[in-house]
Amino acid sequence: MRNILSPRGGRAVAAITATIVASSALAACGSDGSEAAGGGKEGTLNVWVYQDASTKVQEAAVERFNKTSDVKVKLTQVPGDSYQDKVRTAMGTPNAPDIFFNWGGGSIANFVEKDMLVDLTPEFEKDPKLKGAFIQSIVEAGKVNDKFYGVPMRGMQPVILFYNKNVFEKAGAEPPESWDDVLALIDTFKGEGVTPFALAGADAWPELMWVEYLLDRIGGAEVFQRIQSGDAEAWGDPAVLKTAQTVEDLVDRGAFGKNYASVNYTEDGASTLFAKDRAAMHLMGSWEFANQKSNQPDFVKESLGWTAFPAIPDGKGDPKSVVGNPTNYWSINAEAKEQETALEFVKFAAEEAYVGDLVDNGDVPTTSDAEERLASHSAPEYAEFQYEMVKAAPDFTLSWDQALPAQKADPMLTNIQKLFNGQLSAKDFTEAMKGL
Amino acid sequence: MPASATSGTTVKEPATGVVARPSGASGAGRPGLGWAVPGLLFFAFFAIVPMLLVVALSFTAWEGLGTPEWTGGANWSRLWNDPVMRQAVWLSVLLTALSWLFQTPVALLLGVWSAGRQRNRAVLSAIFFLPLLASSVALALLWKTLLDPNFGLIADLGPYIGFPDGNLIGDSRGAFAAVVFVASWQFIPFHTLLYQGGARQIPASLYDAALVDGAGTVRQFFSITLPQLRNTIITSSVLMVVGALTFFDTVLILTEGGPGTDTTIVPYLMYRTGFQAFDMGYASAIATILVVIATSVSLLLVRLTGFGAMRSTREGM
Repeated sequence: MRNILSPRGGRAVAAITATIVASSALAACGSDGSEAAGGGKEGTLNVWVYQDASTKVQEAAVERFNKTSDVKVKLTQVPGDSYQDKVRTAMGTPNAPDIFFNWGGGSIANFVEKDMLVDLTPEFEKDPKLKGAFIQSIVEAGKVNDKFYGVPMRGMQPVILFYNKNVFEKAGAEPPESWDDVLALIDTFKGEGVTPFALAGADAWPELMWVEYLLDRIGGAEVFQRIQSGDAEAWGDPAVLKTAQTVEDLVDRGAFGKNYASVNYTEDGASTLFAKDRAAMHLMGSWEFANQKSNQPDFVKESLGWTAFPAIPDGKGDPKSVVGNPTNYWSINAEAKEQETALEFVKFAAEEAYVGDLVDNGDVPTTSDAEERLASHSAPEYAEFQYEMVKAAPDFTLSWDQALPAQKADPMLTNIQKLFNGQLSAKDFTEAMKGL
Repeated sequence: MPASATSGTTVKEPATGVVARPSGASGAGRPGLGWAVPGLLFFAFFAIVPMLLVVALSFTAWEGLGTPEWTGGANWSRLWNDPVMRQAVWLSVLLTALSWLFQTPVALLLGVWSAGRQRNRAVLSAIFFLPLLASSVALALLWKTLLDPNFGLIADLGPYIGFPDGNLIGDSRGAFAAVVFVASWQFIPFHTLLYQGGARQIPASLYDAALVDGAGTVRQFFSITLPQLRNTIITSSVLMVVGALTFFDTVLILTEGGPGTDTTIVPYLMYRTGFQAFDMGYASAIATILVVIATSVSLLLVRLTGFGAMRSTREGM
């Protein structure tokens, strides 16, 4: 390489640059070290929330809160996918949030293990109004090791069996009320040339929803509760095997069509299939309603129906039970300086104005007195169905991929996808799960 | 402090440097070590130090929280017996080989063609170049939509290529083929550009002489163009191989490593283990293996092909 500068000049420049690089790197280390006391500054509360269309509810709450409080809340919206990573890397550093949004269960289990969160159990015990403010099964679902670490702060997201009224009408069919109905409907719709159930099998989590409901109906909520508490042998429960066999049976019957393994949810593959009358039913989280409403408004108005997941003959589970994401929670960092104010802020999620904002946003709140407010919801019928279903549910099982620690959830999703694709037999599936 | 030491030596060196220059031609000698200092420091801070940390982490169990816990060789023995890792290494090797086999001929022919003076060449070259301008994430999302089995292009094309239900990315071979195709399709323009530049450097006199000797287009290609492009082929191949070994984003978006783990190549397995399962210790072991493989493969390529010596293709001209 030819020198542009003279050799002498060039070396001087190099030496200067080197000095700058070295000293600035050292300086950076220094400033990091001096602030390592942890946990946010006095006088402000850093609140982190997952950024999406619903964050305006939290924005409004922060604004109301700051009007009356001396300690000011600063809301940081963290964009989608990187949220979990970001919280995880920040916790235990001086840049950690004082209060943060989470999914309960496995999403905070590691933090609980390391004593990084405020145990809210005494608060809930001391303040029956706080505990009674939310639907029981939802508060319970947020527990980790039998203690409360979260205050519910968003709408509920149960998994619902959606059906396409138009397709049902053409086939002269009724929505399923029993497992026999389900099996009969599979043949009916196959005869009509319609996929019985839309399934986004390229993403593993929609398949997980099937497994969650099947195990709940077959073995009851306690089977997964045992798994969640760390008992790997519980995967060997006969109910798990029967669940896996039922999945195999459904696949063999053609319940999901032939190409479900290539269908995605994130790019609306499954939802479009369902809305375009090419699939009769779709098992999906309650957000499917809002998703369809923005993409296929006419479909929602005219032919979107919903019902509960039916019971399975000889199943031990209560057919009123629900699976899904009960809600999202606020948790408080144990290192937070302004603990008192932090508590006040999270309790804000039960106040009337907040609940009203949630309803206006199209969410179904998880507070126990939300019923009368649902009339002002943009889709009151749908909101009331959801609310009734969840309120009546003896158990609300948290989505397994959220409930289990990440180290287990990830391989679990892979195994479930393999089960649906026929790459693992039912028996091998239970063995693989026991081995995690 | 290291800076002051280097500045001390730099003051003395120029004199000897100038004297030692054999040819005496201006600036023909090698620049002094001082030039390398900023680069070396940069490399040390952002590559060597993190790499050493990763090697250290591979001997620990760490969930990304608190202090890593020393576990000795536990991650390494697990790595040795992990069927998913074995599969991932195999898939990475396969991806590297297949994408090289696919990209090289296409890029070579396109590059040589676009080096010519045909009509419409500039317009067509600009069109071929387009995939390189978009981000790979955007491209992967585009292909994901095209490969939707019910509404995408594959719903119509599938029956002709052996996927009657459009079930391409849900099929083990289909999904892998899709990754190879999309990755190659995306990077062919870049390699085309390399070959175009290389082909333009070939002196026209060679072709004139060949023409006089009665060589046709095909003969000219194999006897002149190809040998003259030797160094370009090596450069492009090294880039392709190293690129394929560390390839990641298309898999993340297009197939998410599935169906099952059938498109889980090593970098994706590392990401999944580290940032989805938060098993940082094990992910570090995978990362270490990846660094070792990628470095040795590229060193090997450089050795075997004589790339380091870079013999001129125009010796004796």
